[in-house]
Amino acid sequence: MKDTNKKKLKLKVSAIKDGTVIDHIPASNLFDVITILGLNKIENQITFGTNLESEKLGSKAIIKVSDKFFADDEINKIALIAPHAKLNIINDYVVTEKKIVEIPDSVQGIVKCFNPKCITNNEAIFTKFKVINKSPLALKCCYCEKITDKEHLQII
Amino acid sequence: MNKKDLISITDYTKDDYLRIMDLAAEFEKNPNQDLLKGKVVASLFFEPSTRTRLSFETAISRLGGRIIGIADPGSSSVSKGETLHDTIRMVSNYADLIVMRHPLEGAARYAAEVASIPVINAGDGANQHPTQTLLDMYSILKTQGRLDNINIFMVGDLKYGRTVHSLLMAMSEFENQIFNFIAPEELLMPEEYKIHLRDKGIKYYEHREFTDIINAADIIYMTRVQKERFSDPIEYEKVKNVYILREKMLRNTKPNVRVLHPLPRVNEIHPDVDKSEKAYYFEQALNGVFTREAIIAHTLNLK
Repeated sequence: MKDTNKKKLKLKVSAIKDGTVIDHIPASNLFDVITILGLNKIENQITFGTNLESEKLGSKAIIKVSDKFFADDEINKIALIAPHAKLNIINDYVVTEKKIVEIPDSVQGIVKCFNPKCITNNEAIFTKFKVINKSPLALKCCYCEKITDKEHLQII
Repeated sequence: MNKKDLISITDYTKDDYLRIMDLAAEFEKNPNQDLLKGKVVASLFFEPSTRTRLSFETAISRLGGRIIGIADPGSSSVSKGETLHDTIRMVSNYADLIVMRHPLEGAARYAAEVASIPVINAGDGANQHPTQTLLDMYSILKTQGRLDNINIFMVGDLKYGRTVHSLLMAMSEFENQIFNFIAPEELLMPEEYKIHLRDKGIKYYEHREFTDIINAADIIYMTRVQKERFSDPIEYEKVKNVYILREKMLRNTKPNVRVLHPLPRVNEIHPDVDKSEKAYYFEQALNGVFTREAIIAHTLNLK
């Protein structure tokens, strides 16, 4: 039963020849993932599916990017909003490598500091955080030193 | 160029603290030294703070430096909408050092990134005020003769009080400290600082009442309990008179105990304490000038 379901899911988004498949993205964060990875600004062929059934996440999204291979520090940026994302690296229709995302030690320019009195919310400044705890997520602003937790996490 | 900014108290190591203490003692003996001769210090107060500004400007003057700056943000280019970035870039070209107070948290760290010259944080919102901490430490050293083995009582608003947080961080670098926290339920020491003490194996005790437990103290660090911190005004009314220090409460305390307060005080230290030899808050303020001379000399490698 499970296997047939999985096969059906796969069919919903067409296969790619070479590139990267990012799976297990929480459906509600799909567009944030696209923005963070800059997929809205590249010329590569991209297909995505969202609100797909997922046993783990309830509903998930998947992105397939042709001819694109991400560096680890690039892909880890999505770990904050898609901590369970899995990457399949595809070469000639075959999965040649599987990767998981890891929450990085520092986060730059992605997250908004939750403190309204922080300088980064009052002047055009690239935000910077040190990750002081990965689970539950806690980000310490390098400017105001206040901690933004998962509950207050907001993507810029 | 590796510049020595002072933005947060934890920018300094234990060695830096000790160096500032040595230099402050030296400046206390001989406050007028022409170390800043020919140098210009920008004193940028984006929010008014007469006490801190005068203390810094006295320190700069005693070192023979010249001061340019903003004392009233209402009459400066800031009121025309200039960004902090641009103000700091401009001032970096004019001066050798920036001393800055700003109402927004993190403004000092940002200024230090933008500036090509060193920045000393004279307070950024509710975040950091490291020169206050160093003058508190100098006051402890002067009155106790040591920075280790101190039983410190912190009283009042321990939740929002940046001075107590920074002092805790700095003093926890020294051996055998004991911390005692006296605060109402709504203004307790935040968990992150208690975790820090536990990680370092430092003993601390929490109390709700201000009683003769202070008889064990070496230092009583008083802070203001502010009405606007309470979500429930009835709670404020209940505690507002609980954390007031009276002279009679000091009678059975240790002879070496000293009462500190970052000032300004409102009613938390009754005026009858002022005449006690255990009151130290006015001398503490004077120590600020020597400590700031030390910090400036250290920052600019003048000593």
